[in-house]
Amino acid sequence: MIIELGHYALVLALATAIIQAWLPIAGVTRGDRALMELASSAAVVCFLLVAFSFAVLTFAYVTSDFSVRNVWENSHSLKPLIYKMTGVWGNHEGSMLLWLLILVFFSALVSLFGRSLPETLKATVLAVQAWIAGAFALFILLTSNPFARLIPAPGEGKDLNPVLQDIGLSIHPPLLYLGYVGFSVCFSFAVAALIEGRIDAAWARWVRPWTLAAWTCLTAGIAMGSYWAYYELGWGGWWFWDPVENASFMPWLAGTALLHSALVMEKREALKIWTVLLAILTFSLSLLGTFLVRSGVLTSVHAFATDPTRGVFILAILVIFIGGAFSLFALRASHLKAGGIFAPISREGALVLNNLILTTATATVLTGTLYPLLLEALTGDKISVGAPFFNMTFGLLMLPLIAVVPFGPLLAWKRGDLAGAAQRLFAAAAIGLVVAATCYYAANGGPVLAPLGIGLGAYLILGALTDLVLRSGLGKVAGGVAWRRLTGLPRSAFGTALAHIGLGITLIGIVTVTAFQTEVVAEMKPGAMIDVGRYSLRFDGMRQGRGPNYTEERGHFTVSRGGVAVTEIWSSKRLYPARRMPTTEAGIRTFGLSQLYVSLGDQMAGGGIVVRIWWKPLILCIWGGALVMMAGGIVSLSDRRLRVGAPSRARKAVLATGAAE
Amino acid sequence: MTRKQKRLAIIGGGVGFLTAAVLLVMFAFSQAVAYFYVPGDLAKASVAPGTRIRLGGLVETGSVKRGEGRTVTFNVTDTLATVSVTYTGILPDLFREGQGVVAEGAFAAGSPVFVADTVLAKHDETYMPKDVADRLKAQGVTLGGKENIR
Repeated sequence: MIIELGHYALVLALATAIIQAWLPIAGVTRGDRALMELASSAAVVCFLLVAFSFAVLTFAYVTSDFSVRNVWENSHSLKPLIYKMTGVWGNHEGSMLLWLLILVFFSALVSLFGRSLPETLKATVLAVQAWIAGAFALFILLTSNPFARLIPAPGEGKDLNPVLQDIGLSIHPPLLYLGYVGFSVCFSFAVAALIEGRIDAAWARWVRPWTLAAWTCLTAGIAMGSYWAYYELGWGGWWFWDPVENASFMPWLAGTALLHSALVMEKREALKIWTVLLAILTFSLSLLGTFLVRSGVLTSVHAFATDPTRGVFILAILVIFIGGAFSLFALRASHLKAGGIFAPISREGALVLNNLILTTATATVLTGTLYPLLLEALTGDKISVGAPFFNMTFGLLMLPLIAVVPFGPLLAWKRGDLAGAAQRLFAAAAIGLVVAATCYYAANGGPVLAPLGIGLGAYLILGALTDLVLRSGLGKVAGGVAWRRLTGLPRSAFGTALAHIGLGITLIGIVTVTAFQTEVVAEMKPGAMIDVGRYSLRFDGMRQGRGPNYTEERGHFTVSRGGVAVTEIWSSKRLYPARRMPTTEAGIRTFGLSQLYVSLGDQMAGGGIVVRIWWKPLILCIWGGALVMMAGGIVSLSDRRLRVGAPSRARKAVLATGAAE
Repeated sequence: MTRKQKRLAIIGGGVGFLTAAVLLVMFAFSQAVAYFYVPGDLAKASVAPGTRIRLGGLVETGSVKRGEGRTVTFNVTDTLATVSVTYTGILPDLFREGQGVVAEGAFAAGSPVFVADTVLAKHDETYMPKDVADRLKAQGVTLGGKENIR
């Protein structure tokens, strides 16, 4: 009964979305305030309905109600409670419901926090949100109903794929979707601006917090997913340039570009048309990602052709929304007046360069992701576009961007002084070079590019700090004054610096791990010793273990350094009987920012076991840098001018533009 | 500089950068992608030694031999032809005789043995060439170990 209620709530949510999609627009054209205000309440109601529906599905999982087909296919009564709950989105139907839930959650947030928005803009934005929500609710109801019953109910479920039974999975998809789907708000704002044919700096100020919030969540989601793949798959890699990863990375790149171009628009009223285009593009890439992951097209172009309902449906959504938005853009973009002019060497110029490089990089990732699909569909040839392709194209394109990042904040708006900025960055660049030389010396020669990469990372971090130092006047004025100036800086200045520092940290991590990791593969018998990096590991033997829904063989290793035992590592291979599926649970031990990673292979006839051990120096920098970037996003988000109770000057500006209409 | 010159400078720089990026992508496509073959294809036309390819098929039953600890040799077959593969490292969890596998690597010069640096036997039929699957299905062989993780 409760299951049917959940299903019914989803149908009602679709109906609400349809109302929210049309009546407010009618209200805008007729100037009917009551109809416009309907959008706000409809958005909240729609959210509550989907949330109820989602809660019902979660309830079915927690109580192991196997009369629901979706629960039977993806759960097991012996599974730990936390994985019963996270299993809700560990499958196609549930994850689409989560997608929808997050979409309507953002609509509800716009409706609750958007009190200062002009009412026509707010009504149009919420209507556009409802078009997307309606399309996806229809998709779920028609092709992927999670509430379908299975009669008679089986006694036991088929269990969730063991690889997904992990705490990483509980956090990764919701965060990723918060980012992915969060960009829908920017999309809706862009479409609404095109419909209204009017756009100004205030628009950019309203869009920026949503972009920031979505970007922050997406950063966290991608980093989390990367760490999950690293420790769960047991291959020691943290990024595979897999199409599924690229699907989330492309919106991130485009979103990063949007974050920067919206800044130009807010401060200088320039790049209006470009910012609108970028907002549409970013969410289009999110939709494309959803299509790639959910349609089965990645498994094989043929799999897509054999079971086309879902794929074709999402493809239709993709074509209608992206095509519609771009057509609208083509029709209306000329109505948007271009804003302030600027010299090539200026803050605006630097941000344009940032956008140029980021969008080009996005395009190369897109090409590398779609080309194999296209080639297979057209010629039947199967190719694999992997890490070598992306390292060569994406990696090379990003290098100039990293080199110019510190210049951006040091250049003035309108017309900047390149020589002056270079002079101020001299110290950062010099220290970066010293770091590179030291690394080269410490590594006894070896690759030249790796120390340069590390030096570049150091330069990036110091360059970001240089901006803060200069703005506080440290060294030129008394310490107390400098401190007061520093604390008086807008939060967004710290946000920028943190995000750029985070990028530098991630870069250092990536370069160090790629160039200086050591890997040993060996057959070990109990008592055998092996040296990895500065540590030696002794294999002590295997032991049987049992978990709630699996059995495991655990290998015990003693780690020592210079003959002294430091710590121990357990690494195991598990077997999940419900799916008769083996998994590898890598043994990982952290030393500072570096890690030892032990992965077990096959057992040999003579009692030995094949072991693969990595020493991964500074690997935690990769995700630590992402955390710092996130912190930058959060700090920026807390900036005064973006907070809910916007300062009075912004209010007046809103009233002024409202009156000018 | 006049406004027109400034605009030209910006547009020229942008177009130059984009052209460079397009050339880079085309170069990378010619260098860094691996084509997919099944043993039957290789019997018809050989691949130059050193060219990276992906070799897909089934692990021939009874062909897996473990050498000195970490080197494994096995045969990949599509029931029409067979290629011997050597690989040094840990085989994936789902590597089994009689099941689908994809080995990435190259042929050594002057040798019919395929030297793999990556072996994938993971999660789903992504890496199962459709020809192999179809041919085997026609012969009544069922394929196990298919799981879709995402």
